Amino acid sequence: MKSIARGHWGPGVVALFLGLFLFVFLIVPVVKVIYVAFQDPNTGALTLINFVDFFRTSLFRESFINSLYVASMSVVLSSAFALPLAYFTTRFNFGGTALIQTLGIIPLIMPPFVGAVAMLLLFGENGSINLLIDEWFGFTIPFMEGLNGVILVESIHYFPFILINLSAALNNIDRAMEESAQNLGASGTRLFRRIVFPLAMPGYVAGASLVFLKVFDDLGTPLLLNINNMLAPQAYLRITSIGISDPMGYVISVILVAFSLLALWTSFLALKGKDYATLQKGGGGLMKRDLGRWEKIGCYAVVIFILLLVLSPHVGLAILSFGTVWSYAVLPDAYTIDHYFRVFSTSSQYITNTLLYAGLAATIDVVFGTAIAYIVWRTNLIGRQWLDYMAMGAVAVPGVVIGIGYLRTFFDYNVPVIDKPLASWWVIIVIALAIRRLPYALRACMAALQQVSVMLEEAAENLGANKRRTVARIVVPLMTGGIVAGFVTSFATAAVELSATIMLVSAESDAPLAFGIYEFMQSASGRGPGAALGIVAVVIVGLATYASHRFIARKEAERTPGIAVTTGV
Amino acid sequence: MAFESANGAMGVMIENLSLSFGQTEVLKGVNLEIKPGEFFTFLGPSGSGKSTLLRAIAGFGPRPSGRILIGNDDVTHLPPWRRNVGMVFQSYALWPHMTVRRNVAFGLEERKVPAKDIRDRVDAALDLVGLLELAERRPSQLSGGQQQRVALARTIVVEPRILLLDEPLSNLDANLRVQMRREILDLQRKLALTTIFVTHDQEEANTISDRIAVLNDGITQQVGSPMELYDEPENRFVAHFLGTANLIDGAVQNRDGKTVFAARDGTIFPLDGAQIEAGDQRTAMFRPQSLRILSQSAPQEDALKISGKVEHREFLGSLFRYSVRVGENMLLVDDKHHVGRSTFDVGETVMLGLDTKQVRILTK
Repeated sequence: MKSIARGHWGPGVVALFLGLFLFVFLIVPVVKVIYVAFQDPNTGALTLINFVDFFRTSLFRESFINSLYVASMSVVLSSAFALPLAYFTTRFNFGGTALIQTLGIIPLIMPPFVGAVAMLLLFGENGSINLLIDEWFGFTIPFMEGLNGVILVESIHYFPFILINLSAALNNIDRAMEESAQNLGASGTRLFRRIVFPLAMPGYVAGASLVFLKVFDDLGTPLLLNINNMLAPQAYLRITSIGISDPMGYVISVILVAFSLLALWTSFLALKGKDYATLQKGGGGLMKRDLGRWEKIGCYAVVIFILLLVLSPHVGLAILSFGTVWSYAVLPDAYTIDHYFRVFSTSSQYITNTLLYAGLAATIDVVFGTAIAYIVWRTNLIGRQWLDYMAMGAVAVPGVVIGIGYLRTFFDYNVPVIDKPLASWWVIIVIALAIRRLPYALRACMAALQQVSVMLEEAAENLGANKRRTVARIVVPLMTGGIVAGFVTSFATAAVELSATIMLVSAESDAPLAFGIYEFMQSASGRGPGAALGIVAVVIVGLATYASHRFIARKEAERTPGIAVTTGV
Repeated sequence: MAFESANGAMGVMIENLSLSFGQTEVLKGVNLEIKPGEFFTFLGPSGSGKSTLLRAIAGFGPRPSGRILIGNDDVTHLPPWRRNVGMVFQSYALWPHMTVRRNVAFGLEERKVPAKDIRDRVDAALDLVGLLELAERRPSQLSGGQQQRVALARTIVVEPRILLLDEPLSNLDANLRVQMRREILDLQRKLALTTIFVTHDQEEANTISDRIAVLNDGITQQVGSPMELYDEPENRFVAHFLGTANLIDGAVQNRDGKTVFAARDGTIFPLDGAQIEAGDQRTAMFRPQSLRILSQSAPQEDALKISGKVEHREFLGSLFRYSVRVGENMLLVDDKHHVGRSTFDVGETVMLGLDTKQVRILTK
């Protein structure tokens, strides 16, 4: 009887703990931030005065408009990159398809701010490209001028979100959708406009809103490019220069959250009730055709151009990390590996801190993700869906807001033993990373659990295993692939997170890689070592991603020989 | 040849049509003549090429060699949107982003029909299939049978020259299937529209078709009315595909001035009166209901009596189907069932009677 009782209470206790954790480290700080934004700084009464002040200040109005402009233009530019690529892969029998698909992982392996400085050196007013254009044609193009730079850097990093969503939507359209239109007399652009485009629209909108959200919230890129008249940098600068009690940081936070929610809501509406995945058995996606010779050349030219553009931050960063002096020249004067020596000898704590923080955060994420997935799908606990909603809610909370919220909420709380405010203890960075990346890990775990048939669990219970043993011996081993995928996504993105950590780092010795890169890039002499550190980050993340791909592929191969584990519930 | 009937229905002529997917030859020289106003069925197992042939008529799939004529119009090289043939897809292919009305109106809009006429014709078409009150719904809000009717309405509203139906009943449950096939037939008769129907279900084909072309392996095996195909199959494939058949290998011989069929195990079937050329490698075909189990007392007028042993027995409701071993052959015998009818047990030896007029000799 004892084991049955444990199986009965176990999930409830775990759910309660998870709920409490999410409440303390996600709900409370965000509510606090929102509350402060509506509070009179002097009297503490509820008021809209802070918002009135915000829109009365020309710098804030300008920042607000700039942020909207940059996010919108980034969507436009990202679409310009993504549309032709998505069209090529779904419409033509085309050898470049695999190449295009690998572009999808670019934003994962390097966040935009890491490559931002390298982009200045390549595309800036006196960058390599403009020096060449000036020499050949006698003019320059302001690629990186002011907001242009932010837009360009963000677009080439985030366009894969549109590419992936749009390609998936196009690939899910059943061929019969197109054929029935042809049968009724439609063809060419009319067919595309009336049938294909509307059917792919939800996928496009979902991708586009994600780009909008990411760009609107991003702090690192504008900071690195020294563009301060945008919302996220303003929030950061107000809190760090004026102080934690300045209401403007909170007002900006509320605006950031509101627009994040708006973008997610748009994406939700676009997809709601429009399960346009019309693919039937044997339907096989849209009609594909072979390319003519010139068409093929044209397609490859476009693909290669976009590929070069997308890889330019990586290339630029690599050159920068090996270059001695790189200024007013197409390429550095000479090459050296001194920057790497300097990084490893004086700043190796950035690397070890990152491995520690990201590793811990990702572990927390997959453990919590697995637990939440199990509670939601396999128990009848009342309110279990709220665990899912709360955890996923983190998607809508920008890093800056988490940072400000933690500072405000946990600064007054002293951790016993070490006698330090929780807000400046390194563990808070781990918790912030874990909260921010939990949605990724949770989705991976949910997907993995849905692949495991309840019957397999019932068989174990029938043979005498209790709930805890069944989870440990049957469920978790079968979920391994998904759990690893979740771990790596969390780890990789946490390893290069900047917007929340930049506010929570209280001592250089506690700082992770992303913060180190930011610090180095502040001075001209630090660019080389900063770039070297960036390359180290890319290598760590790239290796982790590659290893997980190999691991998951091997797991898949083990499981495929006809075992019916995928029978739905 | 004129392929248009007085009421405007058009015939279809398929001449030596071949088609390949890459290296795989899917159609191998198909010849067919479908008469105006006919309800014609392509029947065959999966992979037989029946859907490929239908799609080729609509203009989909790889470019075929040979010719396809609709009426007197050679459409072989026309793109799908210029053919004016109506096709109902297996999955219905209703566009999820449009209402029922918009779906049905689509073809008329493509044909630049004035807006007022579109409204009237869409209403009429939806009325015809009994869905006028659901016009503003989305396809996802309809049942399978309703989606099927919308797909039909969307196709016939443009008044196509011919109607193509690609396994339209395969996604419906058994009861609805029977109902829908009657509705489709009624509709076809009402519109006097030449219709080609693709199915792998012989019962469906038999109940709905004027004529059937049995396809296998990319060629037509036989064309005829359902009864012709059942009674007079030309080869083993057709005999098997349309119902259960007993097939016995042997030779047709002349013995004492009489034509007989000599099975390999020595059983001799007299084939009285039939004009059949002698030859080896022949197959005798007869249906299970042509065999009877003889009771000892009844008069025995059958032309051929053979004894065998019951090895299996299946109760199918209206009949018992016995598998009886006779020499090296296993014969299926259908015995009509009614209350009080005596049955035979597995292991029992029984005497079978065969009316040899029911025996057909196949050369392939």
